[in-house]
Amino acid sequence: MTTTVMLCGVGGQGTILAADILAKTAAQSGLDVKLSEIHGMAQRGGSVTTIVRFGEKVFAPVTDPGEVDALVSFEMLEALRYAHFVKKGGRFFVNNEVIEPLSVAVGTLKLELDPLQKLNELGAELVDASRIAQNVGSPKSANIVLMGALSQALPFEEDVWREVITKRVPPKTLAANLEAFDLGAQSVRAQ
Amino acid sequence: MESQLLLSGNEAVARAAWEVGVDMGVGYPGTPSTETLEALSKLEDVYTEWSPNEKVALEVAAGASFAGSRVLVTMKHVGLNVAADPLMTLAYTGVNGGLVILVADDPGMHSSQNEQDSHNYAGFAGVIMLDPADPQEAYDMTKRAFEISESHDSVVIVRSSVRVAHTKQMVSVGERKGAIKQAFKRNPAKWIMMPAYAKGARIKRDDHLATFAQSANCDELNRVELADKTLGIICSGVVYTYVKEALPEASILKLGITNPLPQALLEEFAHSVERVVVAEEADSILEREIRAAGIECEGLSCPRRGELTPALIRAALGLSTAEVNEAFTVAPRPPMLCSGCPHRPVFYALKKMGAIVTGDIGCYTLGAIPPLEAIDTCVCMGASVSMAHGLEVSRSLDKKRGEESTTGDAPVVGIIGDSTFAHSGITGAVNTVYNAGGGTIVILDNRITAMTGHQGNPVNGITLQHRATKELELEPLLRACGVDRVRTEDPNDLAAVTNALKEETSADEFSVIIFRSPCILLTRSWPAAYKVDVATCRGCKVCTKLGCPAIEFDSQTRKAHIDEKGCRGCGLCEQVCDFGAIACTEGETN
Repeated sequence: MTTTVMLCGVGGQGTILAADILAKTAAQSGLDVKLSEIHGMAQRGGSVTTIVRFGEKVFAPVTDPGEVDALVSFEMLEALRYAHFVKKGGRFFVNNEVIEPLSVAVGTLKLELDPLQKLNELGAELVDASRIAQNVGSPKSANIVLMGALSQALPFEEDVWREVITKRVPPKTLAANLEAFDLGAQSVRAQ
Repeated sequence: MESQLLLSGNEAVARAAWEVGVDMGVGYPGTPSTETLEALSKLEDVYTEWSPNEKVALEVAAGASFAGSRVLVTMKHVGLNVAADPLMTLAYTGVNGGLVILVADDPGMHSSQNEQDSHNYAGFAGVIMLDPADPQEAYDMTKRAFEISESHDSVVIVRSSVRVAHTKQMVSVGERKGAIKQAFKRNPAKWIMMPAYAKGARIKRDDHLATFAQSANCDELNRVELADKTLGIICSGVVYTYVKEALPEASILKLGITNPLPQALLEEFAHSVERVVVAEEADSILEREIRAAGIECEGLSCPRRGELTPALIRAALGLSTAEVNEAFTVAPRPPMLCSGCPHRPVFYALKKMGAIVTGDIGCYTLGAIPPLEAIDTCVCMGASVSMAHGLEVSRSLDKKRGEESTTGDAPVVGIIGDSTFAHSGITGAVNTVYNAGGGTIVILDNRITAMTGHQGNPVNGITLQHRATKELELEPLLRACGVDRVRTEDPNDLAAVTNALKEETSADEFSVIIFRSPCILLTRSWPAAYKVDVATCRGCKVCTKLGCPAIEFDSQTRKAHIDEKGCRGCGLCEQVCDFGAIACTEGETN
């Protein structure tokens, strides 16, 4: 069985670091892993996705609509943009934040849908990731909060997550990042 | 000692090249290939350099190979077009030290202007091509590529693609044993490709390919996985992984060598299964070649464009795919020029002028996206300069005939970045001068190759190792080319930008304006944010026409708003506001 996690967000939000931590956690837990990301033009504030797949043997680095086990979105609209990739019964972990696309922010386009309502209908777990990150004193750690939330849906030992995070983040921000991870996990356990 | 590292396909190629003793790595940045040379540059005891373009890179590599060094050359698929000239003839000369080209294709065009399939080049040039499916194979095949290059006296192309280049997996790696070098020998018949020698070299090339094609029939890089014999799939590269996912029961012939094709193995496989389907993305080269070899096969019944996925393969074969939930329509979120980008004022001014703008390849291609919508063309590296000349000439021909021009009388401006100008813009400028052309070229010199992730280039004089070297000074260069009207302006001053564009486009001769200001992302500390004074704002929305990601408009209150976290203090909005409603927050106390 291969598990597929899709991470999505807006270019520059830190999806790549989060995907790296997830991939290393899976690898260190003894699984075969593939991580596939798109960079280049999309990084300039565009919509971005990263796929992480793990299991006994992983072939394709990409996925198809209806095949994703868990979607981690750094932003609410991006969660909806890729919602159809999630399989029936799949889970959504979504940062409780809307970043309006420029066309909407300047009033050229209308939002047409209520993201909160739609995400609630999908049974998404909303995580206050940006605020939690702010509170632990490391605003860039929203991605780690979301990994904490995702950890509740995956079979990996907490120690492995913590070890990987310890190796991957700057030592100065380590304490804040570990706290961010714990609070992310707690926020899902509480729901 | 063998160990495991989480590596991207690009990093895996670099690691393998390093381990097999390359002396040198050269290339030009291009998504999705860029990190390969960057990764190699970080390893010890190997020389690496960025070239101004891919043709130069391959020629530098040819010189190093001639001298006996093993050398890796990296580029994206369209870069191979630029390097095609030396490639076609290096196929005849062959190599001395192993010469391997890593070319990364971009099916789906995530960051490219086309999705040409580099498989075409291997057959066209007559060089050997290896086709890895994932980072581990990229590592293994790069190592093999150097051995094959030397044993078969051929340039070898390792053909990667975005889903190999930018996929990471745990890769088993080894260690470097030091540089490996071949003895240098002058050999005119091998290295001087004038007709007398080239005729012999052509025969030698054909013989080497034929010999390799024979051995390819039993090479472990070409692998048959026999299973259900009702369906046999022939595939290569990352498509193999999609086939394994989509059709776990099918028999597969996985081609690790896509040029030359293993005739006997193909025949044997085709005979062992009832139905042969070739699965490939972006083009139908394997299918055509296999048919031409007299083997009956079919292609997937889906368009040969964009990326394949496991579900597309299943659907093309009439098999079921996953049940899919409702898809939402969400306002698109295209990439855009960063907040504070020094390119923005230039595009804003060009749009206001109604100029016809030939664009080029780089971040500034984003000047095409609403609301700026300031460029009219984007074709290939350097085309902005030469296309502007072509447009100007076409217009002058109309005038000569006494006719109204098809392009009216809007100013003609070619717009190009610093790195792209060094890559292939200079020859275009020489051409315009040589042929007494007109028009205006704008060079957006932001002191970096920005779009591919901040690489050095000849204009900023920063090497691949981030060391300072001589800068290519554009002003004297252009004057030496014969451009009499060259001026340099600060793009952050909108009045100066507008004025310069007006003056130069109304001049009666060819002119170049250099707008010089570093990429906003080169600095981590920005000036204080700007703020809208709600009482003064008239809701005219002019600031929203800048396409700045930090500027929002509240349709309820009909007032503009600047996101303090997103603002990088460039002050362009203050310059366009007619009512003085926008000001810097510096010195403000909250």
